[in-house]
Amino acid sequence: MAAFKYESHVREPLVEGKKDYHQVTEDIVRPIESSPSKLWWVGFIISVILLLFGVYSIYREVTYGVGEWNLNKTIGWGWDITNFVWWVGIGHAGTLISAILLLFRQGWRTGVNRAAEAMTIFAVMCAGQFPIWHMGRVWMAFFVLPYPNTRGPLWVNFNSPLLWDVFAISTYFTVSLLFWYSGLIPDLATVRDRAKLKWRKKMYGVLAFGWTGSTKHWQRHESLSLVLAGMSTPLVLSVHTVVSFDFATSVIPGWHTTIFPPYFVAGAIFSGFAMVQTLLLITRKVLKLEEYITLEHIEVMNKVIVLTGSIVGIAYLTELFISWYGQNKFEGWAFMHNRLDLFSPYGWSYYLMMGCNVLSPQIFWFRKMRRNLFVTFFMSILVNIGMWFERFVIIVTSIYRDYLPSSWSTYYTPTIYEIGFYVGTFGLFFTCYFLFSKFFPVIAVAEIKHILKKSGEAYKPANEKVETESTEEFYHQVSHHH
Amino acid sequence: MAEKKFVVGSFKEEAVLFDAVKKVRKAGYKLHDVYTPFPIHGLDQAMGLRDTSIHTAGFIYGIFGTTTALSFITWVFTKDWPLNIGGKPHFALPAWIPIMFEFTVLCACVGMVLTFCYICQLAPFVKKHHFHERATDDTFVMAIECTPKTDENEVSSFLNSTGATEINVQQAETGWWLGTYDKDTKPF
Repeated sequence: MAAFKYESHVREPLVEGKKDYHQVTEDIVRPIESSPSKLWWVGFIISVILLLFGVYSIYREVTYGVGEWNLNKTIGWGWDITNFVWWVGIGHAGTLISAILLLFRQGWRTGVNRAAEAMTIFAVMCAGQFPIWHMGRVWMAFFVLPYPNTRGPLWVNFNSPLLWDVFAISTYFTVSLLFWYSGLIPDLATVRDRAKLKWRKKMYGVLAFGWTGSTKHWQRHESLSLVLAGMSTPLVLSVHTVVSFDFATSVIPGWHTTIFPPYFVAGAIFSGFAMVQTLLLITRKVLKLEEYITLEHIEVMNKVIVLTGSIVGIAYLTELFISWYGQNKFEGWAFMHNRLDLFSPYGWSYYLMMGCNVLSPQIFWFRKMRRNLFVTFFMSILVNIGMWFERFVIIVTSIYRDYLPSSWSTYYTPTIYEIGFYVGTFGLFFTCYFLFSKFFPVIAVAEIKHILKKSGEAYKPANEKVETESTEEFYHQVSHHH
Repeated sequence: MAEKKFVVGSFKEEAVLFDAVKKVRKAGYKLHDVYTPFPIHGLDQAMGLRDTSIHTAGFIYGIFGTTTALSFITWVFTKDWPLNIGGKPHFALPAWIPIMFEFTVLCACVGMVLTFCYICQLAPFVKKHHFHERATDDTFVMAIECTPKTDENEVSSFLNSTGATEINVQQAETGWWLGTYDKDTKPF
């Protein structure tokens, strides 16, 4: 064979059990072909109900104005922008897994990338809702686009981070969608070619774009994936950087810091991996995919969580130190009184954030904990609560006491429709995810086949002798393979 | 396009397939294509396929995006409507970098995917001939094109000797989307 790829036998297999190519197809495509389980229906219906409540909440907000939410003159950004940043952040793990780990040639990404990319797309869809509906007069949302208009034309402000955000988020969504779908095409063709029912053959025939598996097409497909990954990598870093600019370029104490871009990106990957864990732990169990999403995968992702959690921790401590060390009294006030003081109105949220994001992930220094499914699941929820509170801390504790004490507002509690909107995005997210897990292969079938002979349990022992042989023997074997 | 005749054989092992591809090329048969369920690295070289230049297209789309964004924003803020934003310079290049970057990525990605779909002729309602229904599952399918001079039985038995199974003859319409062979390594 042309390029001899070999993976150390010391590494755990990425695909467990005795599998051949056909068995891989069977295992991954089977859930699509059988009717959904009761559990699926229960989850799906709950999601749809949540979604409908979200739609009603938005209806109230549009009909009666942003006043339906408890935002006020001082706290102009509350739950909505907190939720926006939280959802965008969650999306980042999908791109990290699909793009950055592809460039780093991390074989384990193949088991989880498809679901993680889907999660990215759904999370960005949810995130986009918040700034859009926050506009109030949402029917004028198209004003954010630079199009020739009858008002001059009066163009948008290209110097504004809020406009950068429009470009960043919409580009991110488009590119993630293209990347995800171009990877799905060959797998949809697999479903199409196996389909026995007429409607299924037709539906997947349309979705698979007439894919045949031609070598030339694969060659182009590989090249396309690599370039898309190469471009998604700086893109994903830029997206949360731009989101952090929404805060960092303002003059609000607690926001006006240069540490924000890297700190936001690390936090985004941190929370995203937590969400991937939440979803995959359920997915692998319900769809019986434990042999493809193995304990090894879960352990590796937990390592990423402890790493990024600690980076986030360093960032928290750095900004705290600088606020004390720096000369800006307002910055110091925001940290010492609004956040660090446990008995200030929102002090508790700062400690909740620190506990969930910095302290609790340290448990993953222990291998036993990294490989424990219950601990992992519990931690994944905890991390996402913590990351939600990080954004809440940044937004609310910075602005509830502004420069003018007479306008201080310590009584911000969300209304039922503000909460309903957030809950509604959960509905949207999980409705999409349930549909995805029913109609699409949740694991990249072709990519698993690609690594099967290298990392599959049934094939790995054959690789072992490569490692124990002398260089001469190895060379002899490889050169005679042709 | 015109209908052509193909001798089709299936393989289950990559190693056998690689050797068969070499033998077929050596024997001078017209290798039409090999269909595989997943990308097999090195198969394109073994078949003598030219390297793809789709990344070059991506680069051009990207450059187009950068220049479009830069020139458009420059025109808007210096010529069409020089808005005074806090007394800052009208030509505020550093502030435009995020949008220039995003637009570069957007153009490159969208352009590349559309190009990919076009040159591979992939679209929702495209109908193509599938030589074997398990070519997307676990079977590597080789199709050898018959010329008027070809003896089908001879090709079939040759394929059989290379380790192929389920050998048959199929009529199919070919497309132009299969790519070109490298001139130096053209096998026929």
